[in-house]
Amino acid sequence: MLYLKAEKLDAFLARAAETRKLYVPVDSEPGRSSYREWTPGTAVSRGLHTTRSAKDFFFPQTENLAGFRVEDKKIRVIDPRAETEDFAVFGVRACDARSFGILDKVFLADPVDTYYENRRRHGLILSMSCRRPAETCFCKNFGIDAAEPEGDVRFTDDGDGWYLEALTEAGKAFLDPLADLCEDRDPAGAEAAKEKTREIVDRLPLNDLPVGKFGGGKTKELFDRPEWAELSEACIGCGTCTFVCPTCQCYDIRDFDTGREIRRFRCWDSCMYSDFTKMAGGNPRLTQKERFRQRFMHKLVYFPENNGGEFGCVGCGRCLASCPIHMHIVKVMKRLGEDENEQ
Amino acid sequence: MRNKLVERAKELLADGTVTRVIGWKRGEFSYDVTPAVFETAEELEKDFVYDGFCGANVSKYLIRESAKEGKILAFLKPCDAFSFNQLLAEHRIRRENVYAVGIPCEGMADIGKIRSAGIDGVTGIREEGEEFVLSTLYGEERIAKKDALAERCLVCKSKRHPVYDELIGEEGEDLPDDARFEAVDKLEKMTAEERFQFWRGELSRCIRCNACRNVCPACTCENCVFDNPDSGLSQKAAADPFEESMYHIIRAFHVAGRCTDCGECSRVCPENIPLHLLNRKFIKDIDELYGAYRAGENAENKNPLVSFREEDAEPSVVHERGRA
Amino acid sequence: MQVNEQTGFVPTIVAFCCNWCSYAGADLSGTNRLQYPANVKIIRVPCSCRVNPMFILRAFGRGADGVILCGCHPGDCHYTTGNYYTRRRMTLLCSMLDYLGIERKRTRVEWVSAAEGAKFAKTMRSFAEEIAALGPNRRLEDLRVRKSEPEGRVPDAE
Repeated sequence: MLYLKAEKLDAFLARAAETRKLYVPVDSEPGRSSYREWTPGTAVSRGLHTTRSAKDFFFPQTENLAGFRVEDKKIRVIDPRAETEDFAVFGVRACDARSFGILDKVFLADPVDTYYENRRRHGLILSMSCRRPAETCFCKNFGIDAAEPEGDVRFTDDGDGWYLEALTEAGKAFLDPLADLCEDRDPAGAEAAKEKTREIVDRLPLNDLPVGKFGGGKTKELFDRPEWAELSEACIGCGTCTFVCPTCQCYDIRDFDTGREIRRFRCWDSCMYSDFTKMAGGNPRLTQKERFRQRFMHKLVYFPENNGGEFGCVGCGRCLASCPIHMHIVKVMKRLGEDENEQ
Repeated sequence: MRNKLVERAKELLADGTVTRVIGWKRGEFSYDVTPAVFETAEELEKDFVYDGFCGANVSKYLIRESAKEGKILAFLKPCDAFSFNQLLAEHRIRRENVYAVGIPCEGMADIGKIRSAGIDGVTGIREEGEEFVLSTLYGEERIAKKDALAERCLVCKSKRHPVYDELIGEEGEDLPDDARFEAVDKLEKMTAEERFQFWRGELSRCIRCNACRNVCPACTCENCVFDNPDSGLSQKAAADPFEESMYHIIRAFHVAGRCTDCGECSRVCPENIPLHLLNRKFIKDIDELYGAYRAGENAENKNPLVSFREEDAEPSVVHERGRA
Repeated sequence: MQVNEQTGFVPTIVAFCCNWCSYAGADLSGTNRLQYPANVKIIRVPCSCRVNPMFILRAFGRGADGVILCGCHPGDCHYTTGNYYTRRRMTLLCSMLDYLGIERKRTRVEWVSAAEGAKFAKTMRSFAEEIAALGPNRRLEDLRVRKSEPEGRVPDAE
């Protein structure tokens, strides 16, 4: 099995960056990182999570969909789409790696979102096993193995370097020319590293969420539960949870007048915002309670209902870390799950 | 302290003075408390907390809560009391529906600081003298309280409650202001180019989540201009650096003269942008140009932006300042 | 038109003028045939106090290189005190823009009465000259509006 020593990482990334744009997590301050394009000398973060998720690469916060320009009394439609260049994202954790599959179910279902599909086709996922999960991690509840992330190439971290494994054809094509920077090692080492990760994951405090209480078909049971009022009481209606979330996929489409043309762009929307789902006839979700409920029902009930039982949450814990008032999916699941036991 | 508060709250609930209590509710890991309304002694007993992680300012919730029937007990830290008083000045809270209890605050810890000190996987925290003892997934860690203290608490403006019906613990005093404006001073001394680069770097991280606005006890418009889809402003799109600058200037400007410097904006920012430095600049300018003023000090004070003196400085004072 | 002769830069200038004094002052400079630069675009407002800081920022966003606000002299406001509030507000705004590193000379406040046609023309000339020398506004512009560069933030350049 291929093994890349930590000190060879720079050489590895340098070579990888010759053929495509390469994005790596970089510490912006201690304990906080974000994705940046790799350039020689970039220090790769060893932190667990970037503040924003990796979904930005495929589903950016804002993107232009079309432009309209009036020329000779005719409207010309400008299509800004161009074939994306190849790129690779390094250091994607198991939760984020799974989130792409969830986004695919939305954007690649018929009708295919060609903007998303374009990036997805050109993006290579270099995923990374976790060595130091945080207390906020709860991916295990959703059947995600932090030791064996999905992706095109899997990096299994043993502390001194990484065991590399191509999981797809594209991953193999990427990895083969880089093999000379690696050495050959017994795969048992990789297994040992994975075991170590799993040991830690097994003692995470949020492993026993009542996942069984949620899922497709539970709409009627959960929709009118009185607890929603109490849970949403403190919510300040900001969009933090939705904007750091790797699986939140709602967007809004707006027009911007540049003075010369109209630019139609889409931007992330948040179900926490007062104009979410506002339409000509009014807004079906008038209070924060309804908007708050929408977020969790979407992830835990509606999404699995429409997608063969798969939950719309990957347990990355970003919302736990950044919610201003710490009212997040774990508290919601525990509260709704616990009361049912008592009944 | 926590037990004292719970005891007092139970008494006031029992004798009918109040029907509800607003405070902080226990979370999963002792640092993730949520502001909450408690209605019974059992709920208080079970989930009420007051410790070094109750930084959330509860005064804004009182706008909604005081509009409901019955009196609510509000535990107010000095910061919260300033915000509360400012909201009273603006007639946003029905005073007769709030029983305000001033509580002491020794400064609130910031879990972000603990994390950036390299301590991760924190599952529980207890206080031991001048230290926090943290149980983590990777063993026990210790950090001095002052190293975990939020920036706003390091430069605390006051331990005094400008308004209360009842006080628990000893009343504190105003603290000297010098340290509070150090960072603003430093920025003012930079060149325009350096300042521009600094703010560009900070504001470009903004994800337009609006948390700074929504948490702000001074931001109480029924409908924010940035929430009006017809305004032509992108409320949620980080569409252009201009939008970010405009949003943050307007946000800070709209609370100028009303901002009590409670620091909630910076606490909640998921990208850790030092938003308080914008607000503090306005506070400093107001102090220097129009005389020392502290929002929330007194419910009868007149906001410096809705008052004037004939001899006020001309806007050109800005142009005549030392450095370009 | 005020042009920077070295660079050929023609600044766009927005002037917010109060209806009672400065706008009438502009009128007077017109009837007196006093010239002021044609790249000054006047927006009439009922009172200088009507100008929300956002007006100024949006003018910059939409392509202004300089913004000037003109109102009655303090003490002469048609509504008695409007411009006193303007004065405080604009002082703080100018100071904040300066604090953010935006060239402080791009924003100016002047008091021009209805009788001061000559002052109006002179003020506009000097402001336009200053902005022409300063060059285009790059620190507070909306890139999507910029004429030479059609693309705003490139989505996947983060």
